[in-house]
Formats: sequence, C-alpha cells, structure tokens
Amino acid sequence: MSTPSLAKKDAATDRAIALTTRGLTKSFGSLPVARNIEISLPVGARYALIGPNGAGKTTLINLMTGMLAPNAGQILLGGKDVTALGPQDRVRRGLARTFQINTLFAGLNALEAVTLAVLEQRGLSGQFWRGVGSHGEAIEEAYDILRRLRLGDSCYQVTRELPYGRQRLLEIALALATRPKVLLLDEPAAGVPQEESGEVFEAVASLSDDLTLLFIEHDMHVVFRFASHIIVLVSGAIFTEGSPAEIAADPGVREVYLGKRKHG
Amino acid sequence: MIPAATTVTPQAYLQARSRWHPLEIAFWLATLLPFVLFPNYLSLASQIAITALFALSLDIILGYAGIVSLGHAAFFGIGAYTAGLISKFGWGEPISGLIVAAAVAGLVGFAVSFVIARFRHFTLIMITLGLGLLAFEAANRAHWLTGGSDGLQGISIWPVLGLFKFDLYGYTAYTYSLAVLFVVFLGARRLINSPFGLALRGIRENWVRMPAIGADSRAHIRKAYTIAAAIAGLAGAVLAQTTENVSLESISFQRSADVLVMLVLGGAGRLYGGLVGAIIFMVARDQFSGIAPQYWYFWIGVLLITVVMVLPNGIVGGLSHIYGRWRRK
Repeated sequence: MSTPSLAKKDAATDRAIALTTRGLTKSFGSLPVARNIEISLPVGARYALIGPNGAGKTTLINLMTGMLAPNAGQILLGGKDVTALGPQDRVRRGLARTFQINTLFAGLNALEAVTLAVLEQRGLSGQFWRGVGSHGEAIEEAYDILRRLRLGDSCYQVTRELPYGRQRLLEIALALATRPKVLLLDEPAAGVPQEESGEVFEAVASLSDDLTLLFIEHDMHVVFRFASHIIVLVSGAIFTEGSPAEIAADPGVREVYLGKRKHG
Repeated sequence: MIPAATTVTPQAYLQARSRWHPLEIAFWLATLLPFVLFPNYLSLASQIAITALFALSLDIILGYAGIVSLGHAAFFGIGAYTAGLISKFGWGEPISGLIVAAAVAGLVGFAVSFVIARFRHFTLIMITLGLGLLAFEAANRAHWLTGGSDGLQGISIWPVLGLFKFDLYGYTAYTYSLAVLFVVFLGARRLINSPFGLALRGIRENWVRMPAIGADSRAHIRKAYTIAAAIAGLAGAVLAQTTENVSLESISFQRSADVLVMLVLGGAGRLYGGLVGAIIFMVARDQFSGIAPQYWYFWIGVLLITVVMVLPNGIVGGLSHIYGRWRRK
C-alpha cells in the first residue's frame, strides 16, 4: 500500500503523475454528466471513485478511456495529451479498464481470451501464417496472468460457462494482459456476493505497486480498506476528495452518500 | 470440463487445437470418391467444390469475424468475369488467370472493406445487399464487356500446366476445382488457427471489448474482408474456367443468398460448415430439381428451417457436439 501522506494533494504532486484530466466536461443533450473534472492520479496510486448512482462514475471512465468523446477538456497520460486518440490507441499507451457489466469473449476460453489480449499487446495479432500455439512466450505470459488471478485451473473452460465470480476476475486478467500503467476498474466486484467480493479485491490489492489504480466501488468497507485516496463524485462534478479518514469525517459526504447507502 | 486439463501445458493445449483430426483426413480422402463411385457426376462434383470454396470465403468473414454479407456474390462474379475476360482476350492459361482474378476481386474487396469495417448488423446487411445489387446491374449494363444477360461467350482455356485439357466428363474440371479448394482450405485453416484468426473470433465474440484490449478491429476486418473477397473471386474464376462460360447468375443476389443458406446449414465458423453445406445444398438441388424443377427451393426451405431450429450451430456444429459428448463418455 502507498504511504498515508498521499492523502494530501500537495504531497501527491511531487510524485510523477500517471493520468490527469483537465476541465473534462460532457453532457448528454441538456444533461451534464461530467462538469469540469480535474483529477490527477500519481504513479502507483490506489484511488477510489465513489458517489451515488447516476453521479457519472462510469461516464468518467468512458471519457478517460476514449469510449466517449468529451465536449471540452483534456486527458493526459504520462504527461502526453491523448484526448484525440481512440480507445485502442490509449490502451496501447498503457491505459486499460474493466467493465461493470461483464464484457468478455463469451465463446472463447479464458486462456484464448487472455492470449489474444497478450498477442494484441505484442503487436502479433495481424499474423496469419503461424499458429497461435507456436507463440510460446505470449501463451506463457497469458497463463501467468491467469494464475496470478487464480484462474489457472479453469483457463480451458469456455468463458460463458465460468462461474460469475471467475468472470469478474477474467475482466481484470484481460485488462492486465495489455500491460497497463494505469488501470481503471469499474466496480470490479459488481454482482459478486459480499462474502466473495473480498477475494476480488485481494486480487486487486496484490497487483504491482507501479500500477496506478482507480476503482469505482459502492461497498464502503472495501473502499476504506483498499483505497489510499477517495474522490467523491456527485451529479457529474467532484464533490470533494481526500484520504479515507477525511472522507469518513466529512459531514457533506455523509449527507450525499454515506447517509443513504443502499449497497452492501 | 476437460479432466486432463491440469496435466496439459497451456501451449500444448493450444497446439493440440490446431492438430489434424482423423475425421478431417477421412473427409478429404472422401472427396476423391466421386472419381471412382460417380464418374458420371464429376461436373456436379466440380460445381460443389467451387461452391464450397465460395462458402469457405464467406465463413472467414461471417463465421469467424461475425461480419454479415448479403452481397458476397459480387466478388465471385468479379473473379468469374475477370478470368473469363482474360481468356476471351487471348490469354487462356488457367493458373495465371486464377491469380489475376483473385487479385482483382481482392482489390475491390479491399476498397469496399473501408465501408464495411465501419458498420455492423442491420446496416451492414443493407449495405452489402446494395453493393451486391450494384455489382449485378453493372455487369448487366456493361453488355459490351460481359455479354449481359447473354453471358460471356468465347472463353477458351488452355490445358492446365500445358498437359490436362478440360474434358467433357469433368475429370480435369473436378481435379482442378478440388486442388484449388484444398490448397485454399489449407491456407484458411492456418489463418483460422493463427493470432489473426483468434482476433477475428474476438471481434465476433465481443466487438466492444476488442478496443479495450488494444485491438484495431477495423484493421482486422479490412484484412479479413480483402482475403475473403480474393477467395470468392478465386471460386468465381474456377467456375468460369471449368465451364468456359460466365452468366449473370454468377453475380446475382440468388448466389449471395444461396451461399449464406449453405453456410448456415453446414454451420458457420467451423471451416467444414461451408463445405458440408455446399455438398448438401448442391446434391439436394440436383436431386430435387430432377423431381420438381419449379419447386425445389421448397425442400431447401424445409431443410433450412429444420436445421436452424434443431441444430443452431448447423450440421457440422451438431455433429461435433454429439461427437464431443460421445468422446467424453
């Protein structure tokens, strides 16, 4: 885990910044879903993004990853402006995400799916004259990722037949196969029974310290346990941000969010 | 699911998936049977091999990448007319004719692929349907070049490799069509088992996830579409050369629809689906049209509805499912 001093914004600035958004703004018609969002993720961060339903958390991830185009503002990855780049180009520059609703390759097994992602990362996916089976290193890398997420023994099973909890882990495995520098997790344990959601987050917590993480999560126990810094989003705008202790003590947050907790 | 999974290394597992199955070898040996068993039907056998090749080309884009096409005959027709015209203007050497025809069809496919790669589903069905109709009317209109509804006449193909003349019985025709089918099949099989083939399956399985793993789906689709168009052109060229005739039928909507039916019957996305579908469709057409020439599509309709209702993955899909369960017992 990161140092507690991360909680203070000024302390964070002297570390290298992995991802920055500047004045990110988006509306769907007349409905603003992102208002002037300014976020800086220092390298190795473990940030949580919380907020009531409809606050625009997933929208923010869609904007950061390029799945939605902002009306205004910029996204900088490692100091370079990536606002004009498409999603796949951002992934290749090290910005990966997972999906709140499983977005997997239903008919591929876990090994094939992660191997595909590794082959894409290595720029080998256009090759059509050699068998997949001859790319030993890529397969080994894929299997390694699967094993780290404890999917090793179910990697030959077709994705759609995997238990739901394992599918959630495969979501993360696919993202890791792109060798991300920044990983945005959209409710990684969504739909997983509470007793098992810890397992998903243990897997998240065991990821490399160099990896910058931002995750959306509703379960406040999980948030306080795994996040070093919390950003609270309300109605498309940043309501406040700070260390878990600061957020827990903030009466405003209590009112808008903690007070009417319905998840968990 | 697979009990021995823990004892197999991941690489060995993936390698085993592309290994030749004894049933595959049996299938290809069986394609030689018409020479012995049905020497009077070699022309039909040749037509089947050509149609199977055409179905194989559609399988690459529809079965593997999930890109629907209702106008695939456009490329078949372009290949057929190209091969026919080369011969008509004095160059009757068949193999070079094939290569040129495939190149022309592939080039047109490449140009079209920029449009294709941008759309999905219903829009794509309409676009490909429209393109198919455009190609048909262009061929119909260009009477001076294609012979329009009279067909392209005056094709004369030289002996294959300077040795084998196309005979009346279809010995050379079937040998030639089967050889082209087999060579292309080997290539397609390699492609399907390659990283590129895996990427195509990824596009089919989840279009949204592909960019999120850094994949450029559109580039993949353009490539697959170009390859499929070239193979379709090759099939058309073989038809033109073996029959020494190109009719408007070769570029018609009917042909686009038929090949789709064959692929669905046989099972899309399994390489052999188009081949088996072509055999069933063509034999059924031959037999039923002998009984009732006007109404033979009735039986194809019955067959199609039955298969899609009972075997959603087609005949090959159903058979491999049964075989898989039998193996596990």
